[in-house]
Amino acid sequence: MDTQALLTAVESKLKAQFGDGFISSKMNVDYPEFVVKRDIICDVADFLYKDEELSFQYLTTMATIHYPENQGQEFAVMYQLHNLAKNLRIRIKIYFSSSDVNVPSLTPVFSAANWMERQEFDFFGIIFRGHPNLKRILNMDEMTYHPMRKEYALEDGTREDKDDKMFGR
Amino acid sequence: MSAKNKIEKIKTENNSLSLGEGRGEVEEYSTLNLGPTHPATHGIFQNVLKMDGEIIMDSEPTIGYIHRAFEKLAERRPYYQITPITDRLNYCSSPINNMGWHMTVEKLMGIEIPKRVQYMRVIIMELARISDHVVCNSVIGVDTGAMTGFLYIFQMRERIYDIYEELCGARLTTNIGRIGGLERDFSPKAWDLLDKFLVDFPPALKEFENLLMRNRIFMDRTINCGPISAERALNYSFSGPNLRAAGVDYDVRVMNPYCSYEEFDFIIPVGTQGDTYDRFMVRQQEIWESVKIIHQAIAKIKKEPAGVFHADVPEFFLPPKEEVYNNMEALIYHFKIVMGETEIPKGEVYHAVEGGNGELGYFLISDGGRTPYRLHMRRPCFIYYQAYAEMIKGGMLSDAILTMSSMNVIAGELDA
Repeated sequence: MDTQALLTAVESKLKAQFGDGFISSKMNVDYPEFVVKRDIICDVADFLYKDEELSFQYLTTMATIHYPENQGQEFAVMYQLHNLAKNLRIRIKIYFSSSDVNVPSLTPVFSAANWMERQEFDFFGIIFRGHPNLKRILNMDEMTYHPMRKEYALEDGTREDKDDKMFGR
Repeated sequence: MSAKNKIEKIKTENNSLSLGEGRGEVEEYSTLNLGPTHPATHGIFQNVLKMDGEIIMDSEPTIGYIHRAFEKLAERRPYYQITPITDRLNYCSSPINNMGWHMTVEKLMGIEIPKRVQYMRVIIMELARISDHVVCNSVIGVDTGAMTGFLYIFQMRERIYDIYEELCGARLTTNIGRIGGLERDFSPKAWDLLDKFLVDFPPALKEFENLLMRNRIFMDRTINCGPISAERALNYSFSGPNLRAAGVDYDVRVMNPYCSYEEFDFIIPVGTQGDTYDRFMVRQQEIWESVKIIHQAIAKIKKEPAGVFHADVPEFFLPPKEEVYNNMEALIYHFKIVMGETEIPKGEVYHAVEGGNGELGYFLISDGGRTPYRLHMRRPCFIYYQAYAEMIKGGMLSDAILTMSSMNVIAGELDA
């Protein structure tokens, strides 16, 4: 199955199963990418896991992206799923507002989601509902903020000897 | 077998062993801190173990002791300055990490790499795989009490590092290659070292194998030690030798070929039990396959036009220094690359390579700025180490040490 056929196949299945929950799809370089509603992400993963034809049973990775300028959809979480038998790969994304950072956990479907979600919680403060042990993983427990958010600049903000116009982002 | 059954089995079978307080009517557990700097863990890991005598009932791993915020650092560095960061992920096979990063950026920018450069990269990556697996396997030997093999085979790893040194000037954190190719062609001395290595390495590896592979003590010690089933391994998103030892033939080099790996003839070794012995054997076999691939790559390079070591992309590949001083155009390109004035396309790419430990993936988002908007690294160690607690449950403490070394958990990659 080539990626274009995969895109239409997954899209029609998701539309039939979830209706309004499916938002959009596109080809992103070599990955078919789907956007779904945040609240159904665990159901989508479970559906794709159990579907006999698609059977995406391998969670490759997960990452949170922070878009502070994107009003109402400041956060995105992307999941990459892989069907090892047929070598199909897709990416699923959810978008949500920074005022409500609750996301259903994928741990009931994938054991691997456990630490991946703890990492996203640690760095972005995303609350994964249903996670068995949601606490910081790489940073120290006493830390009071989530450092990968864009509002935390990497350099010390009090320094004046570095000019961001020339050397920074 | 569930952990509880396993514990019962050990208790009934090993009557002669001292199994601690828990054998009586009253359950009594002791807490043991394994780490953070226990020498047998080969890195900084902490495991708080709940022990029943010598049997592990439960464990709580703590990681992050050498966390260096690579993903955050990458958001402030131009693309070519991120390569040294990737060195420090799995530092036993830095060149694979470097190449994976270069290929991710090349995918974003749509750069076509000449065949000769791809084969040269294959040679470097397979050398790195050999050195990675050699370290892991010989350390399994050390943890079972066999120091000799480790000392013998480390001379060979030293020879690989000599080749790195000739290629890029560094040994451990290599920073090898550039976006768009390699920084320089292989020198005659590098070819010479490589040829000599390929002559000397197989007998040395054979000698190492003779010491351990069919050694009764080693087999008794490692077979059935820290096993994991294929189903659990897949659910935990294992990849690399650890997944293949459980019996799943997933190798990124074959399934999603990069760097012309589809042209090479090699097999994917798989195990059946997913235990320490299988992991050892899979790595051992992969070393032989890597040697095969290097031979094929050398033969292929000879058919390609000589002297090509980078793609023709002056916007991304630094010009030679003498041209910068003597040629206006080269000076402009040099300035633009170093100051980050190069036009970078917007986009999101994911590129994965088969690292020493499994699928090493880079998820890169570019917003057209001089640095990545977001870089996420899929680090195989981080993902499979979470299964460690499940794998050692119901086993002996000494098996837990062996399980960790056979999983090849590298602190740099785990904590990023």
